[in-house]
Amino acid sequence: MPGFPYLPQTSRDIDEMLEVVGVKSVSELFKDIPEKFEVDISIPESKDEFSVLRDLSELSKNNVTLNDLSVFRGAGVYKHFVPSAVQAIASRGEFLTAYTPYQAEVSQGTLQMLFEFQTMICELTGMEVANSSMYDGASAAAEAALMAVRVRGGKKILLSEALHPEYIQTIKTYCFGSDIDVETVSFDSETGQIDIADLQKKLTVDTAGFVLGYPNFFGIIENLAEIRTRIGEKTMMIVSVNPIALGLLEAPGKFGADIVVGDGQPLGNSPSFGGPGLGFFASKESHIRKMPGRIIGETKDSDGRTGYVMVLQTREQHIRRNKATSNICSNHAFNALVASIYMSIVGSEGLREIARRSFDKAHYLTERISKTDHVRLVFTGPFFNEFVAQFDCDLEEFNRGLLKENILGPLELERFSKEMKNYGLICATEANLNEEIEFFAGRLEAIR
Amino acid sequence: MTVFDKSTEGRTGFFLPKEESYGYEPSDVLPENSVRKESPLLPQLSELQVMRHFTGLSEKNYSVDGGFYPLGSCTMKYNPRLNERIASLEGFSQIHPYQAEDTVQGALEVMYNLQNFLCEITGMDSFTLQPAAGAHGELVGMLLMKKYFELKGESNRKKVIVPDSAHGTNPASAVMAGFEVIEVPSNGNGRVDLRSLGEILDENIAGIMLTNPNTVGLFENEICEIQEMAHDKGALLYYDGANLNAIMGHARPGDMGFDIVHLNLHKTFSTPHGMGGPGSGPVGVKSILKDLLPVPVVRFDGSKFSLDYHLPNSIGKVRSFYGNFGVFLKAYAYILTLGGDGLKRASEMAVLNANYLRTRLSKLIPTAYPGLCMHEFVLKGSKLVSEYGVKTLDVAKRLLDYGIHPPTIYFPLIVDEALMVEPTETETKEALDNFADTFERILSEAKEDPNILKAAPQKTVVGRLDEATASRKPKTRWSKDT
Ligand SMILES: Cc1ncc(COP(=O)(O)O)c(C=O)c1O
Repeated sequence: MPGFPYLPQTSRDIDEMLEVVGVKSVSELFKDIPEKFEVDISIPESKDEFSVLRDLSELSKNNVTLNDLSVFRGAGVYKHFVPSAVQAIASRGEFLTAYTPYQAEVSQGTLQMLFEFQTMICELTGMEVANSSMYDGASAAAEAALMAVRVRGGKKILLSEALHPEYIQTIKTYCFGSDIDVETVSFDSETGQIDIADLQKKLTVDTAGFVLGYPNFFGIIENLAEIRTRIGEKTMMIVSVNPIALGLLEAPGKFGADIVVGDGQPLGNSPSFGGPGLGFFASKESHIRKMPGRIIGETKDSDGRTGYVMVLQTREQHIRRNKATSNICSNHAFNALVASIYMSIVGSEGLREIARRSFDKAHYLTERISKTDHVRLVFTGPFFNEFVAQFDCDLEEFNRGLLKENILGPLELERFSKEMKNYGLICATEANLNEEIEFFAGRLEAIR
Repeated sequence: MTVFDKSTEGRTGFFLPKEESYGYEPSDVLPENSVRKESPLLPQLSELQVMRHFTGLSEKNYSVDGGFYPLGSCTMKYNPRLNERIASLEGFSQIHPYQAEDTVQGALEVMYNLQNFLCEITGMDSFTLQPAAGAHGELVGMLLMKKYFELKGESNRKKVIVPDSAHGTNPASAVMAGFEVIEVPSNGNGRVDLRSLGEILDENIAGIMLTNPNTVGLFENEICEIQEMAHDKGALLYYDGANLNAIMGHARPGDMGFDIVHLNLHKTFSTPHGMGGPGSGPVGVKSILKDLLPVPVVRFDGSKFSLDYHLPNSIGKVRSFYGNFGVFLKAYAYILTLGGDGLKRASEMAVLNANYLRTRLSKLIPTAYPGLCMHEFVLKGSKLVSEYGVKTLDVAKRLLDYGIHPPTIYFPLIVDEALMVEPTETETKEALDNFADTFERILSEAKEDPNILKAAPQKTVVGRLDEATASRKPKTRWSKDT
């Protein structure tokens, strides 16, 4: 059986096409490439799909999957219950194999979906406008920092030290590119919240924005009202959120946030070893022309029918080139679809219940911890569904033991900071059933 | 009707396990102002309603699965379903980025092998898989340049040269890395004009960004000269790999002297475009730049795969975790399925398909440049304006009525009324013939009654939409009162 997968040309087709083109062979078509560059690459030979599936299924078994574990680890990627319908709908080829809606008339599905997605993000965050997605939470936060400099001028960005460490690294890299100074603001070692005195000390007239997590990396809920008043109007308040937490926490928009970003993985997207999730990006209407990314708007056709189009494209690279608000072109529209389906199924009630259960279970765990002398709750600040505990045993060893009992235990914070040896970040969500919570709590209490 | 218009208070499609609460009340535990007063307004629907809503939306979309999609520069090839199946295996989709390394050896092996495959295909020494898209890869490439010259003590190099035919992301990415962009014009053959290049190249140039074949579908046949000119002045050469589909398995950017390369796994390596993403934009470099790559890097010591965060000169991270792993799997499966022989064959068929379609269409409308093309070609619509008074946009909209997705239009900017056609290798000769026949039909319509084109599309769910008003007074979210 001749031929290669996915290539439909028969030898007769090839002969006919060559003749029309007026060349003798396929290799003649490559005559512009200098001969000396011709190579034979060393990649294994083609294979049938059944063999590839078998080999990669085997390889996938070298990974321990979250489906087989009780997961008490979050730190940016969370295990939640995802209704089966989410994947079933999203995998439709009409979504999966379309591209950016350049031709609006045949992309109304994509465009309306993204319009609805933007609405849901506005609702969650309490902001006026949202774009149709960024790559992930970290790069969205970095783009927010750049936008703050565009809007406010100045050349300094402040970052909370309690922001997710990978977000801090990402923002620093983007700011290195744009020659923006970055300083970090420490957190109060008792509460885990922003150290307001340090914030005020580092705030200068040329500080364009302050980026913080809500909840922060340690799960702690920052006092956004106070931070807003302390930083004043000149500096943008950029808040990075866990969207699930917003089922229960007051929306940052209510505290006067200027930009709200976050990662949409928890909204129905699979963990996938950290990607693809999606970045979301919301701001105030008055700043819409300074925003990065594609934005969808509602309009009418000549017959008065409602339709959707990409708007304000003059901000974007394909028109504005070196003066664009960002270089982003492809985004994470498919993951925005997943998030939209998820949010449509769970609804506002469902989201609140997910948030409430996550909160409830995490707080119960801290109650149990307070009964043992060997694990200490590190921060006193209010928290949502993650918290930091200090262990008086070797945390890595403890985790290895847990794994034998199919538990993915606390994240060792030592990987980010040497001072946090045997500090673990613990997370609970609605996907941790009470019996898992009890079992895990029992393991914590059993530490000697 | 939007999903919000279909919502009914109290309805839901979501049920959680029946469980007792532990009794923690947010309002008891949290500061009063932290507790949400008003629920976000998310739709309230049954599962079936959600299913129908989104199925309805999907039916309003054009897709590769549905028809020919010759969108130039975007490589809209078939997205094999094997790849989707592999990416959704629970051993791959249900793993946490912070699991212990010994519990994700399979995932690290995929990344490691994919990096090596990409090195082999491009002729580069090292790859990072971190960037989430082509433009993100460009940003990484530009940051690498910046860091490289900073470490070399040549911070005077603050400019990057970009051809006038380049994709918009190229200049935009260079600016995000703090560079000033200088445009080099194309010559009459659609290639970089070497004289002009020579005039702007000096010690203040950090690099040249090239796409090869370039965005008019032509191979930069003076690449050896360009390479020498750039390196003689100490500048680096950057390769935008969006068009690798034309030469994969035949020639390698690394051998042509490129120092940095980004690839678009969502183009060349068949991963689906997903309405605009997620993509993946791995970046490959020559060894002089390998210590500057984003962290972490995947290593293999002969028995165990690991993540190395200790690169003191790394540019840092450009996103969280390791990249779009779900996309890597699809590209990896694609490479394994096609194999080295199939990849080579794929680019041959991409180039053959393009040349066949070019030959047929060039009898109807002039191509921007004469002669053979690589995997895509550009038509010049200006003749239609002068002869029939119809624009490229009108032709594109009329194609929609015939159920065909138009080519990329008005790009590259250097061609008047451009139509950029990239059929890809996965299309049959019949599909190409149908496109050419349809094109011909539309041109005779243009001749007989241009208004047919100007009034198009008629058969789509909406007609031409008022974009101007939509941007002047943007309505970007649904609200209750309208
Ligand atoms: C030539 C070229 N360069 C760069 C890009 C940017 O790639 P991405 O959309 O993945 O960011 C594209 C595609 O849109 C392209 O066609």
